[in-house]
Amino acid sequence: MSFLDLKNVTKIYPNGTKAVHETSLSVEEGEFMVFVGPSGCGKSTLLRMVAGLEDITEGDINLDGKLINEVDPSERDVAMVFQNYALYPHMNVYNNLAYGLKNRGIDKETIEQKVNDAAKLLQISDYLQRKPSMLSGGQRQRVAMGRAIVRNPKIFLFDEPLSNLDAKLRIQMRLEIKKLQQKVGVTSIFVTHDQVEAMTLADRLAVINNGIIEQLGTPIEIYDNPKSLFVAGFIGSPQMNFLDGNIKNKTLSAEGFEIKDIDSDFEGEVKLGIRPEHLSQSENSLINLKVDLVEQLGSDNLVYGQLKDKKDFCYRCPGNLTIEKGADLSLNIENNKYYIFDKSTGKRVN
Amino acid sequence: MTRFITSSFSHLILLIGILIMVVPVWMIFASSTHTSSMINMNGLQMFLGDSFYENYLRVLLYQGGFFKEITALKMFFNSFIMATGVAILSVVTSLMAAYALVYYRIKYATLLFWIIFITILVPLELRIFPTYSVMAELNLVNSYFGLIVPISASAIATLFFRQFYKTVPDELLESAKLDGANTWRFFVDFLIPLSKTMIVAMLIFMFVFGYNQYLWPLLVTTSEQYWTVVMGLKMMSGSIVHRFAFVMMSMVPPILIIIVLQKYFIKGVFQDK
Repeated sequence: MSFLDLKNVTKIYPNGTKAVHETSLSVEEGEFMVFVGPSGCGKSTLLRMVAGLEDITEGDINLDGKLINEVDPSERDVAMVFQNYALYPHMNVYNNLAYGLKNRGIDKETIEQKVNDAAKLLQISDYLQRKPSMLSGGQRQRVAMGRAIVRNPKIFLFDEPLSNLDAKLRIQMRLEIKKLQQKVGVTSIFVTHDQVEAMTLADRLAVINNGIIEQLGTPIEIYDNPKSLFVAGFIGSPQMNFLDGNIKNKTLSAEGFEIKDIDSDFEGEVKLGIRPEHLSQSENSLINLKVDLVEQLGSDNLVYGQLKDKKDFCYRCPGNLTIEKGADLSLNIENNKYYIFDKSTGKRVN
Repeated sequence: MTRFITSSFSHLILLIGILIMVVPVWMIFASSTHTSSMINMNGLQMFLGDSFYENYLRVLLYQGGFFKEITALKMFFNSFIMATGVAILSVVTSLMAAYALVYYRIKYATLLFWIIFITILVPLELRIFPTYSVMAELNLVNSYFGLIVPISASAIATLFFRQFYKTVPDELLESAKLDGANTWRFFVDFLIPLSKTMIVAMLIFMFVFGYNQYLWPLLVTTSEQYWTVVMGLKMMSGSIVHRFAFVMMSMVPPILIIIVLQKYFIKGVFQDK
């Protein structure tokens, strides 16, 4: 049995909404697991069930070899960082960190030492006497993390903790969270709707949609080998391009081009997925793109345009290529990196 | 220029308002420092006389009532006990009632709250006989307990605390839970400190409410020992200057409380978060 084990966990709210469907998942000790998915997909509910803040309708959750379904949140030995930090507004930073320890009946000197250690680790030692209202967003974020660390819990739970920060700080805190987790080595679950955050933080990633884990794997596995249309569309930025097509006798025909000898026995209506970064310009082209707009990111250019059938399409090219608006580009798919999905079920077929 | 005129005009109105309210009080105060023969001959006075100490001391220590069992000092003591008791008890009960209504999974909690709230429409006077008979059966007539308890459940204070608790984010409770706080600890460590200013405001409010009670103490006390200041105002006999002095003194405790704690009062009622 793994460190955290979810077995057929289901959550049905009293009003009948099914938020999580028979989900099974194992998290190993010390692993950084990320739940990613669009808002309302059930990822936070799943996390809150681990924390004990939501009842489990069906299924079992085991933590460190112990069934915790009925265990009170205060007894589970889990720590959570909330989206809005949920710092205690009437206590200074020191007491925010110390509160959980005090409740566990730890003696004063040990508390002081632990709080000071955590504060040093997070570089908040200078603010220990301040109230949360006197701190900046990033500092509050650190205090919230400090409150989790100081208790040395079995598992850290992060519920979209970076979404209240500005873009620059978010990237910085993202790095710090990852570093900190590696340093402290605590098993962590991180919930986010931001796929970049998910990719960069995760040891393993669970892509969740409509209360179901669509795919579970390392970030690269999921990026390289998405198992469904949803995962393919959700992971990767800019989004994967999708074209309608049809397969007959191992030949895929899409609007304006054909791909022969594809590696699939599937026949019928499909969606062809091509990542913007898996395209290159070449003579014997498959795809003709009329450029509408170029976003220059410095290192890369994102070229947006339309195909013959007026479908929107995106192509990512190196930043040193100059592409004018209105140009016609001939593009080819690099190394046959394309993905075919059954149009009716959304399952990958190649 | 027009701005100057309109602002002077509104100041003038305010000044007139203040004068209307203050002048009668001042006249009573000024008159209470004269001898009674002076007042009887010359009417109310606008300027201070020189009998202040003499009059006020006599009023404080004069043995009044039919049985000469009560002094003004004792009345102040009774009023103080009653007002403080009402203030503390009603704040404690409404804090707890609001906590239960907001945080416990009570079926029909909203309905229950509105039932509590409707009691605002039922004044003490309406339930005064049943309440009296309960107190009489419990043998609580002529006791501080009987003076305090029947008026110590406040729907208004419950409303204030309930509305405040509803603004406290759920994450705070959840976070506290994960930090090992049980329901009691959450109440004591979070809700009470967070609603501190509101508690002070309600204490003031209920203190003044308790201090101003007239009909209930009149009914529930037959012994002069338990007379309160507001009852005393009615029962008082004696010369005019002494009555004036007593009226002046009766105003002091509520005014004092407001002056000292008004900062909290305004914060608690109007801008607490």
